Amino acid sequence: MASVQLKNVVKRYGRGKTSNQVIHGVNAEIRDGEFIVIVGPSGCGKSTLLRMVAGLEEISDGEILIGDKVVNQMEPADRDIAMVFQNYALYPHMTVFDNMAYALKIAKVPVSEIKTRVDKAAGILELAPYLARKPRELSGGQRQRVAMGRAIVRQPQVFLFDEPLSNLDAKLRAQTRLEIQKLHRELGITSLFVTHDQVEAMTLAQRMIVMNGGVMEQFGTPEEVYTRPATTFVASFIGSPPMNLLRDAPDARADTIVGIRPEHLDITETGWALRVEAVEMLGAERLVYGRWSHGTGQEMVIIRTEEADAVPAIGATIHVTPRPDRLHAFDAKTGKRL
Amino acid sequence: MVERRPLLTFLTHAGLILGIIVIAFPLYVTFVASTLTLEQVLEVPMRLLPGDQFWANYAQVLGAGSTRGSSAPVAPMMLNSLIMALVIAVGKIAISIISAFAIVYFRFPLRNFFFWMIFVTLMLPVEVRIIPTYKVVADLGMLDSYAGLTLPLIASATATFLFRQFFLTVPDELAEAARMDGAGPMRFFFDVLLPLSSTTIAALFVIQFIYGWNQYLWPLLITNDESMYTAVIGIKRMIVGGDALTEWNLVMATAILAMLPPALVVLLMQKWFVKGLVDTEK
Repeated sequence: MASVQLKNVVKRYGRGKTSNQVIHGVNAEIRDGEFIVIVGPSGCGKSTLLRMVAGLEEISDGEILIGDKVVNQMEPADRDIAMVFQNYALYPHMTVFDNMAYALKIAKVPVSEIKTRVDKAAGILELAPYLARKPRELSGGQRQRVAMGRAIVRQPQVFLFDEPLSNLDAKLRAQTRLEIQKLHRELGITSLFVTHDQVEAMTLAQRMIVMNGGVMEQFGTPEEVYTRPATTFVASFIGSPPMNLLRDAPDARADTIVGIRPEHLDITETGWALRVEAVEMLGAERLVYGRWSHGTGQEMVIIRTEEADAVPAIGATIHVTPRPDRLHAFDAKTGKRL
Repeated sequence: MVERRPLLTFLTHAGLILGIIVIAFPLYVTFVASTLTLEQVLEVPMRLLPGDQFWANYAQVLGAGSTRGSSAPVAPMMLNSLIMALVIAVGKIAISIISAFAIVYFRFPLRNFFFWMIFVTLMLPVEVRIIPTYKVVADLGMLDSYAGLTLPLIASATATFLFRQFFLTVPDELAEAARMDGAGPMRFFFDVLLPLSSTTIAALFVIQFIYGWNQYLWPLLITNDESMYTAVIGIKRMIVGGDALTEWNLVMATAILAMLPPALVVLLMQKWFVKGLVDTEK
């Protein structure tokens, strides 16, 4: 097991004037045994960052340390890491056993040891009955577990996951999420997990890196990220429905954006006046969409109410009051938290 | 066709049967001719039922060739043809899979240039470059040798191109996974790429074996010694020109013999072939 340090990591493609920088100096210190999720919208550079840690992409600038060693110039195989790919990348012509044993075979691990390790991993992942099968004879969930098994048998310092759940259906995804959590508890191996799904990020992460446009917007525990988003981007990306980011809120200063999550707005007798535009029923809760009766009239405010609360009529004017301790303020120019 | 209509079924069957007759009838005539005596072959019209000279004719050509044309026995020619076809097929596959591997998986200066160079040679068949090639082979002292028969035909742009197209469909993640597993490029080639290409290799083997076996012009130029003749050249040499009488029954027997190995290769490899087309292991 090992820590992972990213020091001012930069990735750019091409050289000179035509170069295209996609990662702009990421700094992060990942502690030994931590489960880190890198989350962001597609194209934000999260996979590139992971592939740089893996050694599949060159590091244009900065340093990556695994343990205490700078790995910039090391081949992936020498970095003592294992990766689970999005499409699993199982060798189609090899049996499940051979797929898991391949790395060990190359590393010249004795045959008896290979067998013990693969059997152990197969036991953990409940793959024992399938060891003689080829990947194409397995279901998506099983293939996914083989891919994890392949990572486990190497007993690496760091696990890298590149959106490993995105090819599974919703039910299997939730189940695999729990399995990954269990696995991490049992093995305690430092893990980096890339996803675009905020639910995955929130549930799996001990700490999470939120990325946008090649920049690390925030690095913190899911709770920190949720309760104290560092930027307007984080505020709008994490949480569903996203945080209301209001420029036209009454009593707001012109150079600030007021943030308030939909669940922290209460419908009251007095307060911010809104005209109800739409109401969505989501089972246990209800989303009320309202517009200011002042200002440009463009800004929409979402309020999350209990299912038991009274349903406001569409077109009616309601008053809402934000919970004062839940109000966030961001700089209107930089989007940074004030 | 998914429809089930008696008339359509009849028409398709009629069409297929007609096609089979058109293709099979000449083969049948060849076979019948190879079982007759010379006098019977020359009768007009030739009879269409096999005669009783099957063993005699085949034993004659295999062991001693024809009596009036070339008297080289066909058995060693068959061996020559087999060696030539196998060396060409295996050589072509070996060279083109390696060059395709280099072009797809390695980044080196002028990579695209080399690919296009190979691609351009596609447009230059053996016949076009036959004189310079002959000169080179003759200068190297490779006339009347297996090396001279096979080497100039081994380079293959078609096969390189086919392998390249196949490698491009192999997901990049597979190469990356192998890299993470610690497999070097050649290890990846032998452990992953080669097994995955097995069906492509089988298909190419069939095509190239037949190509090598059926070579006519090149062996005709390069072989003067009877012991280096291939079966196809053997047929040619049995046909005597001028007023002399060609022993068509023996020529036909040789033709049948020359047809058998390619047909066998197709029949034996067909299973693989189809399996390769049906299985999508990727």
